[in-house]
Amino acid sequence: MKRLLASTAVMLALAMRATAQDYTPDPNAEAGGSIVITYKDDVATLDPAIGYDWQNWSMIKSLFDGLMDYVPGTTTLRPGLAESYEISSDGLTYTFHLRAGVKFHNGREMTAEDVKYSLDRVTDPATQSPGAGFFGSIAGFENAGPDGLSGVEVVDPATVKITLSRPDATFLHVMALNFASVVAKEAVDEAGADFGKKPVGTGAFKLGEWTLGQRLVFEKNADYWRDGVPYLDQVVFEVGQEPVVALLRLQNGEVDVPGDGIPPAKFTEVMGDPAQAARVVQGGQLHTGYITLNVTIPPFDKLDVRKAVNMAINKERITQIINGRAVPATQPLPPSMPGYTEGYAGYPYDVEGAKALLAGAGLADGFETDLYVMNTDPNPRIAQAIQQDLSAIGIKASIQSLAQANVIEAGGAGTAPMIWSGGMAWIADFPDPSNFYGPILGCAGAGEGGWNWSKFCDETLDKMAVEADSLSDPAQAEARLKLWSDTYMGVMEQAPWVPVFNEERYTMKSERMGGEDALYVDPVSIPVNYDYVWVKQ
Amino acid sequence: MAAYLLRRLLQSLLILLGVSFITFVLLYVLPADPVRQIAGRSATAQTVENIRRELGLDQPFVVQYARYLAGMVQGDLGRSYLQKTEVAELIASRLPATLLLMLGAIACELAIGLTMGIFAALRRGTTLDHSLMMLSFVTVSAPQFVVGLLLLYVFAVKLGWFPIGGYGTFAHLVLPSLTLGILGSGWYSRMMRSSMLDVLRADYIRTARAKGLSRARVVLAHALPNAILPVIAMIGIDIGIFMGGIVVVESVFGWPGIGQLAWQAIQRVDIPIIMGVTLVSACAIVLGNLLADLIAPMIDPRIKLK
Repeated sequence: MKRLLASTAVMLALAMRATAQDYTPDPNAEAGGSIVITYKDDVATLDPAIGYDWQNWSMIKSLFDGLMDYVPGTTTLRPGLAESYEISSDGLTYTFHLRAGVKFHNGREMTAEDVKYSLDRVTDPATQSPGAGFFGSIAGFENAGPDGLSGVEVVDPATVKITLSRPDATFLHVMALNFASVVAKEAVDEAGADFGKKPVGTGAFKLGEWTLGQRLVFEKNADYWRDGVPYLDQVVFEVGQEPVVALLRLQNGEVDVPGDGIPPAKFTEVMGDPAQAARVVQGGQLHTGYITLNVTIPPFDKLDVRKAVNMAINKERITQIINGRAVPATQPLPPSMPGYTEGYAGYPYDVEGAKALLAGAGLADGFETDLYVMNTDPNPRIAQAIQQDLSAIGIKASIQSLAQANVIEAGGAGTAPMIWSGGMAWIADFPDPSNFYGPILGCAGAGEGGWNWSKFCDETLDKMAVEADSLSDPAQAEARLKLWSDTYMGVMEQAPWVPVFNEERYTMKSERMGGEDALYVDPVSIPVNYDYVWVKQ
Repeated sequence: MAAYLLRRLLQSLLILLGVSFITFVLLYVLPADPVRQIAGRSATAQTVENIRRELGLDQPFVVQYARYLAGMVQGDLGRSYLQKTEVAELIASRLPATLLLMLGAIACELAIGLTMGIFAALRRGTTLDHSLMMLSFVTVSAPQFVVGLLLLYVFAVKLGWFPIGGYGTFAHLVLPSLTLGILGSGWYSRMMRSSMLDVLRADYIRTARAKGLSRARVVLAHALPNAILPVIAMIGIDIGIFMGGIVVVESVFGWPGIGQLAWQAIQRVDIPIIMGVTLVSACAIVLGNLLADLIAPMIDPRIKLK
């Protein structure tokens, strides 16, 4: 009881700080200027209901706002378009009070009707949003369609009431996802399917120009509702740029941030040159790279075989293959994720122990299997290292190096015995432990076509996960994280994955870029939080 | 002539129909689900099925193909699955860059390739001939990525003569064209050399020489027009290749051509874009060949169109 009291006190203190702690504007920040960001791939769309890739995720964050948001450079929630909110004691009703005087880029004032319209739109099957499933806890989700969600009500122009069908501890994070961004109805009606090319939101920047396949220009939203930001007048995105060339252009002063990071082949060279290394910002990332072991394909249906594989993999060596740009992983959650189990060492690297386990399972002579991997560097090289580690305990794995879409297909269909997740690995949609479970380790994702490539389904663990996410009262936050921690430890006992490493992020920036380092490794706005960075004039 | 053209155009239509069918079949049987690509990793089974139904991908193959054809004959190539933009608009936005690079590349190929070929033929068997032919081997087998980066590094980064990639001015066009020109010149130089050697052995060249014409005049006015014929047929093929997009060079130089569009669409299984780009490049190949066939009789009156 004493312990419980103590922990509640800690939680309260944390909660207080979380509400009090917002971003302190940078006293040295200079307003004005324009920066250039490059990407290799074209930007597919800027429609927040559709966009779900590396390039457009952070771009959409700067064009739109949701009810909730994160403190820049952190994973701490803060109110966005909602000025405040109340949660009913049963955790089923969220009442959001909107900020007054927030204007869309077209000059019209944003109201509660827009919030409802946006949530109705993203869940309407006709919109084809990849994120529709995130809103599954809102009442009426099952019947979502042209008539909208029954669980989202406009109380008055400044108040929205959202009713859930089940308690959902992640709901405020969901309201901070890009998919929950508030869009202007008239702009969607006017542009139709082209809304992704003509976005209208309330964000810090508005789309100035877009030359397909070449460049996009974001202009500062002078009427932005947050005071003092953004600092930059303009952000120019140049697409179709090879990362190696982007690096050359950065060295030549033409590019400020290469959006795809430092190319693997150039990493050692950059870090070895003090002048260049000084412009690199390193930070954690909510990412885990793993090998899935399909529990429905023999002999991976045997727990001892899965444990043996876990013990056979030399994770240190694999991190060396990617120039040490990662830390070896012990469990599914990355270390910076709440709910991570501190002090858990994971399966040890123990070749003899692994052999003994295999022998105990009646496979002393090993067996043959297939390891699927995406065919872009460095993944085939990592697969080779895994192959060598496996052969040391007698497992002959042949590498199936395929295009991403084909690996995903084989994983979903459940025909791949082993998959190295590189290039498709899980990066959190939002900083909460539940985001690493459902689709990739839970029963829900184990069906045909799901992303749970181990086809692992443990009813007991699933129940624990559901229970954890029903603890939506902030006072239960610690108990909830403990439950999540237990759930992932339960997963490790069953060993459907070999967690291999957690990638670190390395962002490179030009000399003139200002703002604290955290903004360049922002866990939510990747690669850079455009709203808060600035340039020295 | 008119009848010939009509027949060739009808043939071309059949070829395009065949291309569209084969590509559609291949994409249909491909072990990669476009809906999964759109739905992403967090989608529920429900979301996946909704998207499949909205896009009509739950329909049988015949229905899907018939729908595509119906749109195609009306000039509607559909909308991209992921970008939701009209495919015709996406292709049109990249066409100018593709055409420009094609012209630049062919000009460089001809300038480098023909010169090398002619000199090699005139100095047959000498060290110059051997080195030029060796060089042509090197150029056709050199990787685009390496040559492109090398030129970029030397002429743009170090010397600063040209911009480091991009699109817009003549200066932007030089390095990518040169890269493609150098790499493609090997084919032209070898073809030009052998064709030139054949012609130089011909009786009328001996006659021209016997008349006492200058060497330059014999080569340029008498030999070249005949020797160049097979080369023209090759330009027709090159047009098709370049219209299909030159992924690597476009990517190194940040050139907004059709290749990058196609490459990204293939990775994302964005079927409408893949179909659109395939049809456009098939059109270009067919028209390029037709053009080469039409030009040939203008240079050599002995060739008759049948």
